[in-house]
Amino acid sequence: MPELHVEVVAVDREVWSGEADMVIARTTEGELGVLPRHTPLLGQLAEGGMVRIKQAGSEVVAAVHGGFLSITDAGVSVLAEVAELATDIDTGRARAALERAQQTGADDEEARAGALRAQARLRAAGQS
Amino acid sequence: MAAQIRVLRQRIRSVQSTKKITRAFELIATSRIAKAQQRVNASKPYAEAITRAVTAVASQTTIDHPLVTARLTPERVAVLVVSSDRGLAGAYNANVLRTAEELYALLRSENKEPVPYVIGRKATGFYRFRSRPVAESWTGFSEQPTYPDAKVVADRVIADFVRGSAESGVDEIHMVYTEYVSGLTQRPAARRILPLVVEETTEAPSQPLPLYEFEPEAEELLHALLPRYVESRVFAALLESAASESAARRRAMKAATDNADELIKALTREANAARQAVITQEIMEIVGGAEALSASGSD
Repeated sequence: MPELHVEVVAVDREVWSGEADMVIARTTEGELGVLPRHTPLLGQLAEGGMVRIKQAGSEVVAAVHGGFLSITDAGVSVLAEVAELATDIDTGRARAALERAQQTGADDEEARAGALRAQARLRAAGQS
Repeated sequence: MAAQIRVLRQRIRSVQSTKKITRAFELIATSRIAKAQQRVNASKPYAEAITRAVTAVASQTTIDHPLVTARLTPERVAVLVVSSDRGLAGAYNANVLRTAEELYALLRSENKEPVPYVIGRKATGFYRFRSRPVAESWTGFSEQPTYPDAKVVADRVIADFVRGSAESGVDEIHMVYTEYVSGLTQRPAARRILPLVVEETTEAPSQPLPLYEFEPEAEELLHALLPRYVESRVFAALLESAASESAARRRAMKAATDNADELIKALTREANAARQAVITQEIMEIVGGAEALSASGSD
């Protein structure tokens, strides 16, 4: 089975790149699983989502807030303003950020985005 | 004579302390170049990927998105000038400002009115001193720009662009910044970023672009994608300018240090000659005195 070349790039660095069997992401339209030889696609990722990259027997999870998913013959690239691997996420800080954002109130646009971002990080880290 | 030596020594000391300062600046700039270059390289994957994505959407759809279509009669044109906050960087800022002036002249000859948006204290000061109006100025991040900085700048120009010149906005966005070619060469560059001229990436377009599916619809996607693209262009320009600034400063400070070395050498020679002259004179006076004494004694 052919492999899928995947790269996750944030604004200021490449977060992850390598070969994988499958990529699962959620666009604004819905959940999407990408296998090798997927037709070329450009999608906008949902806010506060995460991207799961499945390799033989293991899984890499990244919290991706906003951004785009681009599938070409060459592979899959995930572009995000903010992207973090689950293993790099500091759950304590994410939880604190979530509480802070929730206290500020739901009507504040910035606080809402902050809460979503923190939730995404917690979910990616396996705690919600 | 003795007074001259003292003055010379004073000047040597003064040049030496100046040299210490320029040497320190040179070292700081050298370490910053490496860091700035790393950041330029680290931001490239994102910039390239988003350029590819925008090219894909823009080339396959004939959408009438305000951010893509050129307006029929552009009147006011935004010019984003990226300069530095601090001086002592040789001709760095002068080059950027001169390139900007050339761009203004070009735009005026096409009956467009340039509206400067400036980044960096040097350009801000340049326009304020000449009492020329600027639409907006940002300072404080020229040496270490972050993505949120780029976003603030991009948001403002995009907002003005979307309004159009009928409502005191702008119809085109140009950017003047400094390209980092190598440690020795930095080139001021003027580029149009909107309406879109999708820049070719380094890799040659080997095959026609594949037919993409879009999720959501292409129009909606482009709407979300374009601001990100402009932000990434502004961010890339800021990073390159920061690297160029450090490189220009390193070169200027190296020249200053070398010059100080030469000055010290010349002044030291002069001081030595003056000291020797004083000694010779003293000896001559002593010998002359002794001879006069012995001559008067033998009489």
